[in-house]
Amino acid sequence: MLNYLVQRLATLVPTLFFVSILIFGLQQLLPGDPALILAGEDQDPTVIAHLHEKLHLDKPLPIRYLYWAGGVLRGDLGESVRIQKPVRELIFEKLPVTLELAALAIIIALSIGITAGIVAAVARDTVWDYAANIFALWGLSTPNFWLGIMLILFFSVTLGWLPASGYVSPFEDLKANLASMIMPAFVLGNAIAAVLMRHTRSAMLQVLNSDYVRTARAKGLDERVVVLKHALRNALIPVITLGALEFGTLLSGAVLTEQVFTIPGFGKLIVDAVFNRDYAVVQGVVLFTATAYILLNLLADLAYFAVNPRLRG
Amino acid sequence: MNTKSWTLRLGLVLLAAIAAAGAAAQTLRFGLAEDPDVLDPTLARTFVGRIVFASLCDKLFDVDEKLDIVPQLATSYEWSADHKALTIKLRKGVTFHDGEKFNAAAVKYNIERHKTMPGSNRRGELAPVSGVDVVDDSTVRLNLSAPFAPLLAALADRAGMMVSPKAAQAEGDKFGSKPVCSGPFRFVERVAQDRIVVERYPNYWNKGEIHFDRIVYVPIPDATVRLANLRSGQLDFIERMQASDVPQVNTDSRFKVAKITEIGYQGITINVGKSDLAQKNPLGRDAKVREAFELALDRDGIVQVAMDGEADVGNQWVAPSNAYYAKNMPIPKRDVARAKELLREAGVPNPSITLITPTTSDAQKMGQVIQAMVKEAGFEVKLQATEFATSLDMADKGQFEAYILAWSGRADPDGNLFSFDGCKQPLNYAGYCKPEVDELLNRSRTTLDPADRKKIFGDIAAIVLKDRPIIYLFHRHWLWAHTAKLSGFRMIPDGLVRVQGLRMSGS
Repeated sequence: MLNYLVQRLATLVPTLFFVSILIFGLQQLLPGDPALILAGEDQDPTVIAHLHEKLHLDKPLPIRYLYWAGGVLRGDLGESVRIQKPVRELIFEKLPVTLELAALAIIIALSIGITAGIVAAVARDTVWDYAANIFALWGLSTPNFWLGIMLILFFSVTLGWLPASGYVSPFEDLKANLASMIMPAFVLGNAIAAVLMRHTRSAMLQVLNSDYVRTARAKGLDERVVVLKHALRNALIPVITLGALEFGTLLSGAVLTEQVFTIPGFGKLIVDAVFNRDYAVVQGVVLFTATAYILLNLLADLAYFAVNPRLRG
Repeated sequence: MNTKSWTLRLGLVLLAAIAAAGAAAQTLRFGLAEDPDVLDPTLARTFVGRIVFASLCDKLFDVDEKLDIVPQLATSYEWSADHKALTIKLRKGVTFHDGEKFNAAAVKYNIERHKTMPGSNRRGELAPVSGVDVVDDSTVRLNLSAPFAPLLAALADRAGMMVSPKAAQAEGDKFGSKPVCSGPFRFVERVAQDRIVVERYPNYWNKGEIHFDRIVYVPIPDATVRLANLRSGQLDFIERMQASDVPQVNTDSRFKVAKITEIGYQGITINVGKSDLAQKNPLGRDAKVREAFELALDRDGIVQVAMDGEADVGNQWVAPSNAYYAKNMPIPKRDVARAKELLREAGVPNPSITLITPTTSDAQKMGQVIQAMVKEAGFEVKLQATEFATSLDMADKGQFEAYILAWSGRADPDGNLFSFDGCKQPLNYAGYCKPEVDELLNRSRTTLDPADRKKIFGDIAAIVLKDRPIIYLFHRHWLWAHTAKLSGFRMIPDGLVRVQGLRMSGS
């Protein structure tokens, strides 16, 4: 176990190095001179020249990469040119918001997805199965932004129950926080619930047909115990991997949801930064997200060990 | 009797105190269309930032509903006989939010900061200011290298915003993260992309006009969501609502729509000399083709379809209602037959053009209407919707034939004209350059008499509107919506929201 962990952590270094080059390189492919957009309406040539110098845009690409990578190694991700705030500070300001959104979304996705998946598998080819499948299809095919706007119009404008957008910190007001997060979390979790449901269903079907489940049933165990204890445990392995992967996807899926609900999280930070060509912010946020993604994958692998005793040997 | 009277008085005082506390504990929640950039008047570069500055930072001058210059931190001004010095008398008893005194030395510091700070966006606006003299504590003199008519308008915008010298010195280029000015509200906090909070400054020189305790500016880029927030009661005021939402909001008695014609414009910039591409396409090469293009357009139709009627048609850098509109060059009527004739004369009966449009739905609709209209005259227009930063780069490099571009406008017509039509000026994406126009543009800057300036603008219009580096189409309406409880809103064509006089009733 420890060897495995060390081995996996060692591969992190070259991976992140490669990722950093990729982030930096891809960013340069963005059309447009960042100084032009950052110079604002007046396009004052002295301001543009100043920005070129400040952002090292007058230097060759490898040198610019070294400036950035050097900063990253020292823990300095640079500064947002647009609002003059260190990127690190922005990340720590926005990360909890997106994490909360993602966590709530994954809770919603898991509770709906796994439950619907089990129901669909156990009650295969019944009306429950069809209903769950229709739900999954609906979840997968509904665009986030459309669902978001519809929920806002219904729950905020028509009923007036929930705030239309924005974010309140849970430390400030927990009730207001949940009220502001429930719609975006549902929108975000909805599509993932559908994916999880499909995977839970097929994994459960496979496991329910396996020999050991037949043995369990033959022992005369209660069907509830067979399904929830014996079958589900094994069926959950691929679902956990998927859940972890989807958690990473959530961070990027949050981009659109945060935009619609005006939630000041990671997604909104990066979209605005791309449009404003705020390079330091884009690089910092993407690097951070990539690192988080890699670590989550590692955690998922470790979770296999915890769930499946066969892998421990 | 005495005791009774005292009790009564005490009761009344208490009641008044409670009423005052109730009335004062008010927050204005304001929905912005974008998240502002850095809140430092010297470095600031976005339109939306100016809306926040309107509550944070007072200026030497302001503009009123008619775009006339009115005093704010200044009380009066006087030009020297040769128009090369502007003496400004300053308001006394004004303090910055950190308690520092506003005086002539502070003005000198601010003007010099605008002119010398690295990355300053105000340098160009104050270029002719060669020095600042402190005449006495409340009088300052700006010395100019040459007369400069747009100076007062610049001082009625960010170049005239005064920040606390002490705070600016202490914070350096980080000043924008905690601005200290002398406006009616002082900075409390900013959470990027979430909110900017300001609170009433108790020592504001004009505090009688301030009826809110706090203002929370919330950037919500999506116009539908912004409006949903107003309708669900989370916002009191929104700027830049969508034209298509106006009828719906008008039917709801809980809200009011306010609108006024902008000082900016929407137009099509044509590459007439920015790059080699200008000579490679008929529109850039031949003024006759450009004339045909303009004659094929029905501006009323464009405004109806693309803007739901929420714009005034126009053909110049200022709207027809503006005092500086050149009446000698009225809006041409649509004439498809003449357009076809011109194309035949130019030898290109079916010119093919690529028109770059922004990705907003309004701009896309505009592009499609234009495409259909000019097709009748024989133009084949290909639309290319392009993300803003990319299109800006293409415009700057001259990698375009025609480009739909809007300008937010400045109070003085110079701000809508000089940088766009002067040879090699930064916003001259058309690449237009004519020495006689440059000469007239420079004269319009050094001539202070409005009547003389109007004549010069007329002369410029007579040349530029025939050369058509930009085909001006219309002037949008600034569309605001607010709760019907809010009163005292002044509609000023620059699109900024003055907080003086705004009040909420019935709460």
